[in-house]
Amino acid sequence: MVWFTLRRLMSAIPTLFIVVLATFMIMRAAPGGPFDTDRQLPPEIQANIEAKYHLDEPLPQQFIRYISGIVLHWDFGPSFKREDFSVTELIGRSWHVSARLGASSLTIALVIGVTLGSLAALNQNSATDYGVMAGAMVGITIPNFVVAPVLSLILGVYLNLLPTGGWNGGALPNMILPVTALALPQIAVISRLTRGGMIEVLRSNFVRTARAKGLPEGLVIRRHALRAGILPVVSYLGPAMAALMTGSLVVERIFQLPGLGRYFVEGALQRDYTLVLGVVILYSSLIITLNFVADITYGVMDPRVRTSR
Amino acid sequence: MTDQTLGGTDFGKIAEIKGRSLWDDARRRLFANKAAVTSMIILALMIVMAAIGPFLSPHDFDDQNYLYTSSGPTLSAPTQSGETTAYFFGTDANGRDIFARTWIGARISLAIGFIATSVSLFIGVIFGATAGFVGGRLDNLMMRLVDILYSIPHMFIFIILLVVFGREGGWKNILLLFMVIGALEWLTMARIVRGQTLSVKEKEYIEAARAAGVSSWTMIRRHVVPNVLGPVVVYMTLTVPAVILTESFLSFLGLGVQEPLTSWGKLISEGAQELNTAPWMLLFPATMMAITLFCFNFIGDGLRDALDPKDR
Repeated sequence: MVWFTLRRLMSAIPTLFIVVLATFMIMRAAPGGPFDTDRQLPPEIQANIEAKYHLDEPLPQQFIRYISGIVLHWDFGPSFKREDFSVTELIGRSWHVSARLGASSLTIALVIGVTLGSLAALNQNSATDYGVMAGAMVGITIPNFVVAPVLSLILGVYLNLLPTGGWNGGALPNMILPVTALALPQIAVISRLTRGGMIEVLRSNFVRTARAKGLPEGLVIRRHALRAGILPVVSYLGPAMAALMTGSLVVERIFQLPGLGRYFVEGALQRDYTLVLGVVILYSSLIITLNFVADITYGVMDPRVRTSR
Repeated sequence: MTDQTLGGTDFGKIAEIKGRSLWDDARRRLFANKAAVTSMIILALMIVMAAIGPFLSPHDFDDQNYLYTSSGPTLSAPTQSGETTAYFFGTDANGRDIFARTWIGARISLAIGFIATSVSLFIGVIFGATAGFVGGRLDNLMMRLVDILYSIPHMFIFIILLVVFGREGGWKNILLLFMVIGALEWLTMARIVRGQTLSVKEKEYIEAARAAGVSSWTMIRRHVVPNVLGPVVVYMTLTVPAVILTESFLSFLGLGVQEPLTSWGKLISEGAQELNTAPWMLLFPATMMAITLFCFNFIGDGLRDALDPKDR
């Protein structure tokens, strides 16, 4: 198990490094710099600006400066477009919004998705099963940038039950709509995965043995079936997180939430390289960490993986 | 071959009794699946409408009518020349016909769906088949690359690439969109093909081909690729809707197709902003897109059941 963990860790770190390097290279390969304006700047001023942001140094040196800044001082550099802010400050005041949105959505999606998926699997080919699967199909097909405005129109404008936007310090009413819009597609995917996993496990020998030795059905499911049946969900954690981050790009925009996703989109449109780079690094490391955690959890939960490596 | 006989048996006659191949079985199962067949018909209609829809409207997709802006579906809207005209799906804030725009959007969205999927198919099959077939160190290296690309949030890479290279607008931007999406969507395809190749590789007919001195490349082309086709076709049907969704997502953020061209995502984005005052702007494009995505998903499910009955 220790070896397994170490091996996974050894592959996670180079992955992160390559991601950072690739993003850095793409941003620097961009035609036109962040300080191109309609008005041609005098060359001395241009040179001064470039010197201030170290853009006059050779690329490898810039890259090393950037990486060591992050690793040693947790400093993502200055924002190229918002001159009064460093990227660290911008991330610092927005990450908790996205984190709360993402964590709530993931938790809700896991609880509801696994419950619905298990229900469908236990009643395979019944009305419940077809109902859940039809709902999941709808959830997967209709994108959250359609769901979000429709929800806010019905619940926010027509029924006037919930605010249609704004963060308001993360008050519960302000959270409900964005979290619902983010969680729905994930509920759909997770319930499908759980159903598939559970159906397979319920047919397996160890479940038959558990039943044969007279365990009550509830215990068979909770102690034996569910543990193996939700393995596909565990390996889906990383992709789920990625999907939530992606979804938060539009959801934060639709509900006007001051989260990381909005900074990323604005930063990208304004060509604020350091800001974009910072957000991508943050998100990628989160996903890579989560993939790592999912791998380890998988190893702990599935004895076959544990012994074979 | 037909006139060869052996022991009085005419092999030409025997060959004429047609056996049921696996593909025949699969086709039969697929056409017995009502949801899949209905989806295929609807999808065909959708493609026909994408082709001819814009011509059915009395308006071009970028014609503006300032006497009838942000107004609902009607058959008698005022025009500047004093006559009345029809807007089947209503108009947007610039007085443009949503009906014509929906079908122009369908063209772009479907085109991106099919082209980006083809790009991903091309890269994925070659990459996966090579890794699986050659095996060993090369396989390890290639699959590590796939793992690395997997753990990057793709949408962010799309956005960065589009921001960095997509400043021209127009068709160049759409082309870039095809390439960028296709070039990152091949990963799962490569994994599926590799897995299949690994299992096919051990089969006797490969051994026979190797013994006969067939080159690796020919073996991949003649024996491996045809035998991994099943899962690939299934996954392809599921990639098209995923790509359409990705494009609409990017267009929603303002990074996809540029004015005056449009796509479903862009129409939905505009509709979402005017949802309060002009709900038809969201309703029609969103419905068409949802129907299309449903159809692809049902066809994909149907194909999977047809080609791999054990999962049913």
